[in-house]
Amino acid sequence: MTEFLLILISTVLVNNFVLVQFLGLCPFMGVSNKLETAMGMSLATTFVLTLSSVCSYLVYSTLLVPFELEYLQTIAFILVIAVVVQFTEMVVHKTSPLLYKLLGIFLPLITTNCAVLGVALLNIKKQNGFLESIAYGFGAAVGFSMALVLFSAIRERIAVADVPVPFRGAAIGMVTAGLMSLAFMGFAGLVQF
Amino acid sequence: MTTVITAILILFCLAVVFGVILGYASVRFRVEGNPIVDQIDSLLPQTQCGQCGYPGCRPYAEAIANGEAINKCPPGGQSTIEALADLLDVEAVPLDAEHGEEQVKKVAFIREDECIGCTKCIQACPVDAILGAAKQMHTVIVDECTGCDLCVEPCPVDCIDMIPVETTITNWKWPSPTESSSLIATDRGRGAEQQEAH
Repeated sequence: MTEFLLILISTVLVNNFVLVQFLGLCPFMGVSNKLETAMGMSLATTFVLTLSSVCSYLVYSTLLVPFELEYLQTIAFILVIAVVVQFTEMVVHKTSPLLYKLLGIFLPLITTNCAVLGVALLNIKKQNGFLESIAYGFGAAVGFSMALVLFSAIRERIAVADVPVPFRGAAIGMVTAGLMSLAFMGFAGLVQF
Repeated sequence: MTTVITAILILFCLAVVFGVILGYASVRFRVEGNPIVDQIDSLLPQTQCGQCGYPGCRPYAEAIANGEAINKCPPGGQSTIEALADLLDVEAVPLDAEHGEEQVKKVAFIREDECIGCTKCIQACPVDAILGAAKQMHTVIVDECTGCDLCVEPCPVDCIDMIPVETTITNWKWPSPTESSSLIATDRGRGAEQQEAH
């Protein structure tokens, strides 16, 4: 139990995928303009990340290892992620058309979110078991969601703030992301895992 | 050689299994119609006036869902454009003057002693707000009339007037705050600021 808690804290805070490991920056900058959209994106990514983490672990341990095909892990994982994303897209389209419309191109783009492939590959590299893979994927997703929601909330504030003209738009977004990242560096050393 | 064949086979099997799963999902989660059209349609004023160039509000809602401009509805005016922009998360644009201007709310009024009872205005009315029968005088149900002007044109004796609804003490409302979009932090507000800066 402690181990899972440590994995969660480690992935959410200490090794936050976006702000410390700099994975998945595209949706982090792209979908953070509105808090509502950011929350939708967080939910979709959480689902995809957890599911693809588990699925790619299963594919790796039941197919690739017994047949000694470990070198195929990248292409196999990309296949898994693409399928999970496609599945999620269908479900979202059916259940929430407005969210589907809001997420737009960013929903299929979860496929190319490097955090998703990163989690799958890191699971193998860290030799995580089945349950650890779930915890690791979920932790990474929660970390991603937290960073995204916090960041979009800040950006909504910045939108009405009196920002100097040369810094407006993407520039102040980058500066803010950098400062947030710096703040998250403060968690380093909290857990070593 | 066997290694290569095994590798290809394994990936092939994986792809087939995933294909079957996705195929099942596409049947299971099939989307019937386009739910966004319903939401757009509910925001349009339902005057069915056709000033947008489409035969009614529903066809225009379908066209908007397929990327048509949102500023072609004069009866709805700026408030409808803003509601649509909010729903679709796009920029609110001013009304397209080509399709008519936003006017004060009007109702049709038939000068009943001049009416010859030709029923042409009844056929033209998109909301069935005109009562009457052949060779009997017609009249307008004020609460149903959307003020779309469509009955004025067919009348052979020009006995239909469009009367502006006067603001009285019973139907006066506070004007809606026009600056509301910039009070709440959205992209729209920032876009406007940037445009001012340039």
